[in-house]
Amino acid sequence: MRNLFALLWKNQFFVLFILLEVASILLLSRSYSYHGSLAYNTTSDITGTIFTSYSNLTDYLSLTDENQVLADENAMLRNTLNSSYLITDTQYVYRDSMYHYIPVKVVSNSVTRSNNFIMVNKGSRHGIEKEMGVISSMGVAGVVVGVSENFSTIMSMLHNNMRISARIKESGQLVNVIWGTTNYFYGAVIDIPSHIRLHKGDSIVTSSNSFIFPEGIMIGTIEEHQTSKNKNLSTAKVKYSTDFNSIKHLYIIENILRPEQDSLLNQTIIEHE
Amino acid sequence: MNNALVRNIIRFVALILVQVLVLNNMNLSGYLNPYIYVLFILLLPANINKSLLLILAFITGLTVDYFGNTLGLHTFSCVAIAYLRPETINLFFRNHEFASGEEPGPSSIGYGGFLRYATTLVFIHQLILFFMEAFTFNNFFFTFGKVILSTMLSILIMLIAVMIFGKRKKRF
Repeated sequence: MRNLFALLWKNQFFVLFILLEVASILLLSRSYSYHGSLAYNTTSDITGTIFTSYSNLTDYLSLTDENQVLADENAMLRNTLNSSYLITDTQYVYRDSMYHYIPVKVVSNSVTRSNNFIMVNKGSRHGIEKEMGVISSMGVAGVVVGVSENFSTIMSMLHNNMRISARIKESGQLVNVIWGTTNYFYGAVIDIPSHIRLHKGDSIVTSSNSFIFPEGIMIGTIEEHQTSKNKNLSTAKVKYSTDFNSIKHLYIIENILRPEQDSLLNQTIIEHE
Repeated sequence: MNNALVRNIIRFVALILVQVLVLNNMNLSGYLNPYIYVLFILLLPANINKSLLLILAFITGLTVDYFGNTLGLHTFSCVAIAYLRPETINLFFRNHEFASGEEPGPSSIGYGGFLRYATTLVFIHQLILFFMEAFTFNNFFFTFGKVILSTMLSILIMLIAVMIFGKRKKRF
C-alpha cells in the first residue's frame, strides 16, 4: 500500500492531470442531454450582473434598430385592439387567458457554438420557471433551462438538444424541428410523413403538444425539402423567422394551465397502466 | 516575486473579462470565435511547479466555462495544454536557460520562438475544444476548418496583446 502511494506521489503530475480531466468530463457529460442541461447549468446572479453592466454600456449602439422593431410590434398589437375592429361585438373578443407573456431583455447571447444559450434579465423573482417557452417578436426563440433569482438562461433553437413539436401550417401535419445544421439562419424539420410535399416558403408553426408554446407561433419557412423514396419520413431545411444574431427583446410564455394539463396527463397514464 | 504574482492576477482578470465580454460576442463571418484567455496559461513562468500549472489551468478553464454556460469544455482543453506545456517548452527551447520566474514570452524567447510555442499549444487547445463541443466527427472538415481559422485569429490577437502590453526587452 505504501508503495502504491509512493508511486502515485512520484507521478503526481500525471495523476493530477488525469484527476482534473476526469472532473472536467464529469462536468461536461451533463451538457450532452436536454435533461442534463436542465438540471445543471451556471445561471447565477454573479455572471448575470457582469453581463448586464456590460450590456448597459453597449446597448445604445443598437437603439435605432430596436426602436424600429418595437414600433413595428406596437403597430401590430394596436391592430388587434377592439377599437381597431369595425364591428365591436362583445362576443367577438378573444381573450387568451391561458398564456401570460413576460417581456425580457437579452443580456448575453451566442450563435456560433454547437450549443447556444441566451441569458435574459428576469428570473424566479418575476415568475419565470424552467421549461417555459420563449419567443421573439418574429417567432420562436427557445426554452428556459436555468433560473436564478434575477436572471434566466434560455436554450436557444441553436442547440443540439433542442427539439420542439411543430405543425406544417397548411396541412396541419405534426412534425419536429431540431437545429441539425451549423448555420444560425437554418434549422431542420424532421419526421415529415412521406406523402407530404413541401415547397419553398411554406410556414412551420408551433403545435401546442408540449404545453410549452401556444399553438400557431411562427418557427420559420421551408427553404428546401429533401425527399427520398425509400424512407417513410423525410426532412426539410427551414429558415428561422427569428434572427438569432440580432435579438434584444424576448417574451417568456407562462402557460397558466400547465400544472392542470400535466396532472391530468399523469393521472390518465396511471389509470391506464 | 510579489510583483510577478500581482502581474499574473491582473492578467488573469483582464484576459477573462475581455474573453467573456468582448470576444465571446464576436463572431467573424458567423463562426469564428477567438480565444485570448489561453495567453494566461502560456505566459505563466517557464519553471512554475507543474502541479500548480495544472491547477491554475483548471481554474482558468472553469471560470470561462462558468460565464459561457459550457461547464467542462474549456476546463478540459486548458488542463490538456497545461499538461503538454512543459514538454513543448523543452522541445522548442532546449538550449534556452530560463531564469526563475521568467515568462516564455516574446521578451525572452523572441517573436519567432513565441509564435511557434503559442501556435502549437493554441492549435491543440482549439482542436480539443471544437471537437468536444461538436461531439461528433460528422462535418469533420467544417469543424477542422473552424479549428484552423480560429487558431490563426487567436494567435493574431495574442500577438497584438503582447506587443501592446508586453515587457520591453532591455538591450545594451
